[in-house]
Amino acid sequence: MTFWDKLMNIDRRWVYLCIGIVVIIPAIIPFKVPVSTTLEVERIYDFVESCEAGDYIYLGIDYDPSTLAELDPMTYAILNHAFSKDVNVITACLSQFGPAMAELRLTEVAQQYGKESGKDYCFLGYRPYPAITILSMGLDFQVTFPLDYYGVPVDSLEIMQGIRNLQDVKGVISLTAGNVADFWITYGNGRFGFPLALGVTGVMGADYYQYLQSGQIFGLIPGIKGAAEYEVLSGFETTGLRSIPYQTLSHGVILLFIIISNIGYFASKRKKRT
Amino acid sequence: MRKQIPIYFVFGSGIIMIVQYFIPSEESDWLFTYANDWVIVVGIFALALGIWSLLRSEFRKLKDPKERFYAAVLLFGFFIMIFTGLKAENLEAGSLMFDIFENVLIPIQATIFSLLAFYVASAAYRAFRARTVLATILLLTAFIIMARLLPLGPISEVNQYGVAWILAIPNMAAKRAITMGVGLGAIATCIKIILGIERTYLGHD
Repeated sequence: MTFWDKLMNIDRRWVYLCIGIVVIIPAIIPFKVPVSTTLEVERIYDFVESCEAGDYIYLGIDYDPSTLAELDPMTYAILNHAFSKDVNVITACLSQFGPAMAELRLTEVAQQYGKESGKDYCFLGYRPYPAITILSMGLDFQVTFPLDYYGVPVDSLEIMQGIRNLQDVKGVISLTAGNVADFWITYGNGRFGFPLALGVTGVMGADYYQYLQSGQIFGLIPGIKGAAEYEVLSGFETTGLRSIPYQTLSHGVILLFIIISNIGYFASKRKKRT
Repeated sequence: MRKQIPIYFVFGSGIIMIVQYFIPSEESDWLFTYANDWVIVVGIFALALGIWSLLRSEFRKLKDPKERFYAAVLLFGFFIMIFTGLKAENLEAGSLMFDIFENVLIPIQATIFSLLAFYVASAAYRAFRARTVLATILLLTAFIIMARLLPLGPISEVNQYGVAWILAIPNMAAKRAITMGVGLGAIATCIKIILGIERTYLGHD
């Protein structure tokens, strides 16, 4: 095996080791990477920014702990932004492992702003079958969720007086890592026409750009990069911006391995010809 | 009769749900809510069936020395979550169930998902080679998208335009074609099921 062949056949364990090392580096030597913002994230920021005190937004924390590294920064940034403007936040969870996690995040941020459950925000909890739940919330919150997460009747909550369903909120932002995003587009925006924005994982991002142009979603936060952009715009820095150096270095290493692999491929091909 | 009744039932339910979706009214809302209640009821039966099936399978595995350990871990986790979750107050922070969720489930799920980074790196190293024209296009696209996170000075700004163009034009065209194809396929399949042409969901005799 020649040197060029070896470049094409590096043992995968070396690749794993390199990735392992570079994701440790930012933890030992912290540094910052400049983040430029994109239009799709700016639109969501502008939407929350345009809300006035007392306006309602629905924030769907529709993800599992498996993707919290990417989606948690979005949750924190949007909640901070909304609570800082005294916007009423209604939230629920359409992922079976999500409710306890969502409740932790919600109460953590709410406490920082002195917000009260049932008065300034409301956590409705979890219901199975996302498509049905979305369709049902589009008709009536109280039918879908007779009680909130804490067992309090939803119709007795101060925040729920004056709104009946998703059509009464100013907009819906769903943070999700699965096909719940499709359900929101099809059964939420498609059926009821309320403004919808999505926060999704990096790998899902490319799938949802088509809905931006068609106007079915007004904004999109793709992955940790999108979360970092929202943090830059809103000024609420959590783990989004702090995660960017890890992603930058790991992407750099992947690109380096791709370059090495292609150098080996072309050199090996040339040698065989000669 | 074993096949005819379900087919009639599916036909009736399918037509009713289509009508209620496209004709919004109070009656439609009531019908939708009523149908949803039925979905939940059916789901509860399916849940019980699933639990019974899981327990039967795992208790059988307890007899196999190779599978015993994993089956025991699954059953232990299953029962501990049921017992800690039975009381409503246990859903609050600080309870045993919450601690298990926060300190066991969340790290496990996050760890498994994190492992993808290693596999993606290895797969990218092996797959992204400029063997053909199409492979070269794929390679260049991946390169531009991944490079958007690298601080490359003035090149970064140009790269951002490249990323925006790739996502908004070729990516969207391809995704839209796939989505429309999937949508048309789903409509065709639904019509076949409602009309009783597609019967595989009934199983075999």
